[in-house]
Amino acid sequence: MPQMTLVQAINDALKTEMRRDPTVIVMGEDVGVNGGVFRATEGLYQEFGPDRAIDTPLAESGIVGTAIGMAINGLKPVAEIQFDGFMAPAFDQIISHAARIRWRSRGRFHVPIVIRVPYGGGIRALEHHSEAPEAYYVHTPGLKVVIPSNPYDAKGLLISAIRDPDPVIFFEPKRLYRAFRQEVPEGDYTVPIGKASLVREGTDVTVITWGAMVRVCLQAIEQLEGISVELIDLRTLKPLDIETVLTSVAKTGRAVIVQEAPRTCSLASELIALINERLLLQLQAPVVRVTGYDTHIPYLTMEQYYLPDAGRVKKGIEKVLSF
Amino acid sequence: MAAKVTLQRESLVPFIQILGPDGMANPNDVVELGLKPHDFKALYRWMVLARTFDERALALQRQGRLGTYAPLLGQEAAQVGSAYALKPEDWVFPSYREHAVLAMRGQSWLQLFTYWGGNEEGNRIPEGMRNFMICVPIATQILHATGAAWAAKLKGEKSCAIVYFGDGATSEGDFHEGLNFAGVFKVPVVFFCQNNQYAISVPRTRQTASETLAQKALAYGFEGVQVDGNDVFAVYKVTRDALEKARAGGGPTLIEAVTYRLTHHTTADDWTRYRPAEEVEMWKQKDPIKRLRLYLEKQGLWSEQDEAKLLEEAKAEIAQAVAQYEALPKRDVEDIFKYMYAEMPWNLKEQLQELKDYLAEHGGDLPHE
Ligand SMILES: Cc1ncc(C[n+]2csc(CCOP(=O)(O)OP(=O)(O)O)c2C)c(N)n1
Ligand SMILES: [Mg+2]
Repeated sequence: MPQMTLVQAINDALKTEMRRDPTVIVMGEDVGVNGGVFRATEGLYQEFGPDRAIDTPLAESGIVGTAIGMAINGLKPVAEIQFDGFMAPAFDQIISHAARIRWRSRGRFHVPIVIRVPYGGGIRALEHHSEAPEAYYVHTPGLKVVIPSNPYDAKGLLISAIRDPDPVIFFEPKRLYRAFRQEVPEGDYTVPIGKASLVREGTDVTVITWGAMVRVCLQAIEQLEGISVELIDLRTLKPLDIETVLTSVAKTGRAVIVQEAPRTCSLASELIALINERLLLQLQAPVVRVTGYDTHIPYLTMEQYYLPDAGRVKKGIEKVLSF
Repeated sequence: MAAKVTLQRESLVPFIQILGPDGMANPNDVVELGLKPHDFKALYRWMVLARTFDERALALQRQGRLGTYAPLLGQEAAQVGSAYALKPEDWVFPSYREHAVLAMRGQSWLQLFTYWGGNEEGNRIPEGMRNFMICVPIATQILHATGAAWAAKLKGEKSCAIVYFGDGATSEGDFHEGLNFAGVFKVPVVFFCQNNQYAISVPRTRQTASETLAQKALAYGFEGVQVDGNDVFAVYKVTRDALEKARAGGGPTLIEAVTYRLTHHTTADDWTRYRPAEEVEMWKQKDPIKRLRLYLEKQGLWSEQDEAKLLEEAKAEIAQAVAQYEALPKRDVEDIFKYMYAEMPWNLKEQLQELKDYLAEHGGDLPHE
């Protein structure tokens, strides 16, 4: 089986689906000739031509809005927004249209698009290139939100997202793009949307996380001695795999949620609400959040102070255990 | 009988050039600029300084001493010529490539290194200076410029605003909205588009089917003009004229400075993936700095010694800024929280304390992992 980085796995998923299904097209800024600024779409232009690997004008609302139109007329666009911070111009099209068309048309129309977005901090980038905006999209009814943490899942989840009949926001943790390699099967396979992954089994505490924070949590867990940690990688942020979360927390009685996004009104907030609503009396301690702060992510000289690191995760785990 | 309709392929907007690539200029055109030899030398000096800064910044980035950097190589005349026409009371709204403009407007090279080094202090505009901060989300600053100039008009001030953006920016919705508002309210703003032919890898022809970018102004009800962006004289002239018109109540102008980015989009880019070397070579022949130097030499205003002296001074000036930049003190983490609101709310106070406690547990900084 070939060893791939996460970005190669994304590329492989796109090629696999484009070969299988002629209605799948890729569109966005610099995705054609240049192969994407992260090279996620490398080779697509050469293999599938300019009508299926489309360099668009520089306009995010244009990219998503036209992708919606293409989708209702039978294509399956995979739109790339170049960086997390540049989803903003497309926000209107995403929340006012992509998310609502099935509902508004009473099921007559639907929007099978994927919006791929390099996501998150940790690559020493410029301002607006390190954001973690998942909460806006998880909050919006009608969208699905997916975020892989490794090459195998990235390929399988992206193929699922492309085949999904509803709009999927597909966040790709850019700091993991080339961080490590993993065996990734050639050809067709899927990882289901809506299913979390139990990365590690344990009995003392449940750590729930996603994206680039999965590795940070693993690092923390390895440094902790004598504590049995169960680690859940959500993989899909919406629809949430509530069963996996609740089963684990019911077993351990303790939970820590780790995210790089700001704290207020975040997915961590929602997870706590869900856990409290359903498991309050089984909890041994209040759920702990280890998150980015309620500030903008700093420029590169200070971003490491903002992003949760293994030390902060350990501290969170110790806190929930010493309650 | 039906009227005869002829389709013209002529451009809808004028194209202005004064100084050719060979350093030749029509003397009358030059006289009309109203510039003196010391102005010519000042323009030249700024262009050389900008290029020296650019080379140094690129080198620092390659050595890991600076963050991702967006070079201006090739666009010196577009920036220096336009900024030279500004008055201190005018507002400037830059994108991320206008290093020369910012320096000419009084921001220090140190400040620019500080920004590109990934330190928010680089965005701190000195009190009283009417520069806005470097803007990364494409085209969004166009609306701010329209608003600032509109306010000047409403307040009865004589100041204008100029906003810098690229060819790619003309595709964003904000470009349309900014120009439309400016046209409707006859706002004293100058839209300065540096058409450097590419938005990262995407060529100008992929941004619009329009023959020129400048002609887009016509649909908004105001004047558009194309200028040779590598000709510092012509750029100065069209910008000055546009600003004067704006000050006199004549409303906005869209200037398209036709230029070329001679190197990578940023240090994270590789231009060889999307354009032929011959194209770059062709544009090198139109180098904006060489052009003015040839002119100065022909006028007997510039010698080998002048050139050597200037290069030395420029190097020293930039080197001093680099030394200052690298001696900047480490900042307190409070800086992350301090400027979120006029008054820090409880959650930020709590989170700041949380971070400080964490660092204190590890001897004052992050633990090494
Ligand atoms: C809204 C938005 N979308 C995408 C980007 C990523 N991006 C940065 S520069 C750039 C190209 C800009 O081209 P142009 O407007 O021609 O300016 P130039 O860089 O050539 O000066 C892109 C797509 C961004 N910064 N903002
Ligand atoms: Mg450009």
